[in-house]
Amino acid sequence: MNATKYKHAGLNLGTSDPGTHEQAESPLFGFWVFLMSDAVIFSLLFAIYLSMLDATAGGPSARDLFELKSAFIQTLILLTSSFTFAMASLNLKYRADEPRRLISWLAITLLLGLIFIGFEVHDLLGMAARDALPQRSGFLSAFFVLVPTHGIHVAFGCLWLIVMIIQIATLGLRSEVKTRIMRLGLFWHFLDIIWIGIFSVVYLWGLL
Amino acid sequence: MARMIDQADAEYVRDLRAYILAFVIALVLTVIPFALVAWKLLSASLALVLICVCGLIQIVVHLRFFLHIGFQSHRDDLYLMLFSGVIILLLAGGTLIVMLDLGSRMM
Repeated sequence: MNATKYKHAGLNLGTSDPGTHEQAESPLFGFWVFLMSDAVIFSLLFAIYLSMLDATAGGPSARDLFELKSAFIQTLILLTSSFTFAMASLNLKYRADEPRRLISWLAITLLLGLIFIGFEVHDLLGMAARDALPQRSGFLSAFFVLVPTHGIHVAFGCLWLIVMIIQIATLGLRSEVKTRIMRLGLFWHFLDIIWIGIFSVVYLWGLL
Repeated sequence: MARMIDQADAEYVRDLRAYILAFVIALVLTVIPFALVAWKLLSASLALVLICVCGLIQIVVHLRFFLHIGFQSHRDDLYLMLFSGVIILLLAGGTLIVMLDLGSRMM
């Protein structure tokens, strides 16, 4: 009975690994607390961005700077990486005897994360080349806090993915490793939710 | 034993289908707002509303399918979301009201 109950956010291991499922509740709840505090930070960065939208001080505005195509590609990459992480979670739950498949899905997710960061860095450097830097206007300051904060989160997610791949290879899929991957899953899916806000509010509103 | 494996397989297929469904819904909800902006299909104000609606639905889809949040979730997780929601409403909403009001008075 207890093993089938939902104990935490994210995919529950349930009956496929009752031992780990019993231990998972408190580490995952702790991480959920962190994610909610992160959500508060991002919501404030969004509020600052929106209140700074017209504060361009004669400099370039959203319409002059953003590219719809690049934002669309980044969105698709991040959404796909969310799906590939979901596939990794499925393999963690049901195919724990074949860690190679889990590692492959995590590696694909890592690759997509790195491509995403590549696109973002390319865009930011393009803006820098046109002198659209944080010190130019309030609008650009707010933009350069909001979007790169998300990008840095993704970069740390990638680092975490690398660490987890190494841990699966060296330590094997023990309970601690499993709950770490589950927390990374929450982090990764959470970042995709933040990106929904960014592409809607920053890019789509900006180019409307 | 064989029955347990069957049950696990059935669960696997169910979870896999849910993830594929979520991915497809999210994809549609991403393409609609981008198409609206790319081809200027609607008036700006209507497009703005649709972008917000699609974004909010997509957030709910992600929470439900990828983060597995629902009414069956642990109470503490839901309480914490509710509490964070109140904090976000107060801080972000308050910031917007004060700053936009200030902005309009400075004009």
